[in-house]
Amino acid sequence: MARNLILGGLAVVVGGAVGFGLYAYKSPIDPITTAQLAEFTPEEVEKGRVLVSAGYCATCHTAADGEPYAGNYAMETGFGTLYSTNLTPDVETGIGTYSKEAFRRAMHEGVDREGRHLFPAFPYDHFTKMTDEDVDAIYAYIMTEVEPVKTVQKENELPFPLNQRILQAGWKMLFVDQGRYEADEDHSEEWNRGAYLAEGLTHCGACHTPRNAVGAEKQSEQYAGAEIDRWIAPALTAANPSSVAWTASEFKSYLMEGVTSYHGIAAGPMGPVVHEGVRDLPESDIDSLAIYLADQVGATDDDPAQSEVVLASLRNNRPDPQYRRELGERLYTTACASCHYNAEQIMQGRPDLGINSVTNLETPNNLIHVILDGVNGPEGMSGVVMPGFRNALDDEQVAAVSAYLRDKRANRPAWPELTATVADIRENGPKTH
Amino acid sequence: MIKFEINGRSVSVDADPDTPLLWAIRDEIGLTGTKFGCGIGMCGACTVHVGGRATRSCITPLSAVADTEITTIEGLDAEANHPVQEAWRNLRVPQCGYCQSGQIMQAASLLQDIPEPTDDDIDAVMTGNLCRCMTYPRIRQAVRDAATAMNGAQDNG
Repeated sequence: MARNLILGGLAVVVGGAVGFGLYAYKSPIDPITTAQLAEFTPEEVEKGRVLVSAGYCATCHTAADGEPYAGNYAMETGFGTLYSTNLTPDVETGIGTYSKEAFRRAMHEGVDREGRHLFPAFPYDHFTKMTDEDVDAIYAYIMTEVEPVKTVQKENELPFPLNQRILQAGWKMLFVDQGRYEADEDHSEEWNRGAYLAEGLTHCGACHTPRNAVGAEKQSEQYAGAEIDRWIAPALTAANPSSVAWTASEFKSYLMEGVTSYHGIAAGPMGPVVHEGVRDLPESDIDSLAIYLADQVGATDDDPAQSEVVLASLRNNRPDPQYRRELGERLYTTACASCHYNAEQIMQGRPDLGINSVTNLETPNNLIHVILDGVNGPEGMSGVVMPGFRNALDDEQVAAVSAYLRDKRANRPAWPELTATVADIRENGPKTH
Repeated sequence: MIKFEINGRSVSVDADPDTPLLWAIRDEIGLTGTKFGCGIGMCGACTVHVGGRATRSCITPLSAVADTEITTIEGLDAEANHPVQEAWRNLRVPQCGYCQSGQIMQAASLLQDIPEPTDDDIDAVMTGNLCRCMTYPRIRQAVRDAATAMNGAQDNG
């Protein structure tokens, strides 16, 4: 009896292992030669260019001093460092031997041409929602317009057993819902277009959705906000802590220009997402994204200009004759008010810091990043710069300004451990984004 | 090599990307109207316009201004007759004059954003520009006069 149980148990284990092996096994797809590369129409290539831009592929597939799309960009994943791969059509070290089918499989299933499972730092869990047509256009652009570059791929720094790619098959089975986007009949065509883009190509959830212990996005907490590179990707839900709700027009301005009147600007990891990314989409697509995102946060279309919260913040930004008594307010008045003060209304380009996203988030990270390192030309509002105060203010001074803005201007509960957070971000935060 | 436009002409500066913009403006490009004051963005003497907005050039690294458009005191008006400059002369605002290019650039930017500033508005925006000769009452008056002149010019079409 016992023997039968053991044998039976063993059979289940062996059967399971064989089953998993069969499930996990992906056959190689034959390499193609340059001569076998299909012809593409100029329209398809141009469409691909826009999609590659809006998916901001170059951001993760280009190293700091590397050639575009040639990979080796280091990604700190919490499990170890991964280096992105060479996306150029180089035959030996890039994807030059990928057929259209191999490229589709990589985008939709996270499997490379040779049949190896890709790590989900590559957001195929989002790209799986994209249509064949869109994926093919991306393929057309990369294969024809991107300059092939020969590289030496850096080895990923993952501990055993996480570096075993076969385990990725199990991860996929548990966490990835493979398949194309399916329209939600309860919503408009525009909303669905926005959802298709946000959940697929622009993979907003990759940063704005928190991940579980094994690095998968928590589907039950979609867009609930998360931390990336010591920056906060704020919640894109009703839990978003902005003083003024995000409307579709604020989202549109943010995604097209990198700047809004009532929330803030696209900086840090979000800088390239807008400026080297989604702003290339046609305006109708930006409108769709804005409609979808505004629905996620549950915004109304009310103009915030006359709202009590905005008027109160403006009253609060008037000079106080007592200001010289307190370090944070004194520093703000000297170093910040010349650009951040507003008179009758909040002007785009003069961000009001009482209602700004950075002072209303639960953690001070984004504010500290911006005080230390500023906002460069290619970030935020195009062509406008905020200098960083890294070499001008010490940790306590940055903390004092931050505390003033939090306590007196945003009127939110004090941030704990401010000075220590400033020191940490000064030392360990990415200096260039 | 970092490229940008200064007072309407294109320049390329071959310097460390961390070099403060102020140094490039004074030492590389040779425009010395913009002054070095504190070096930590707290006095306003180094104020120039980047993309039309007042910016402290002493703490702005060259890398941040690639492909932007910069205006210094030399380029504010071809004839040095910007309404703020005229008001400055009429009221004989400066004493030693060291802070004035920064003051004028900040004031010009203030009037662009807030065309009819109250005294509170002027104080709030101009507090970051220090004057060691303490000519603050005349600075404030000059800003008021320039606002009047600019609004009058607009009203006359």
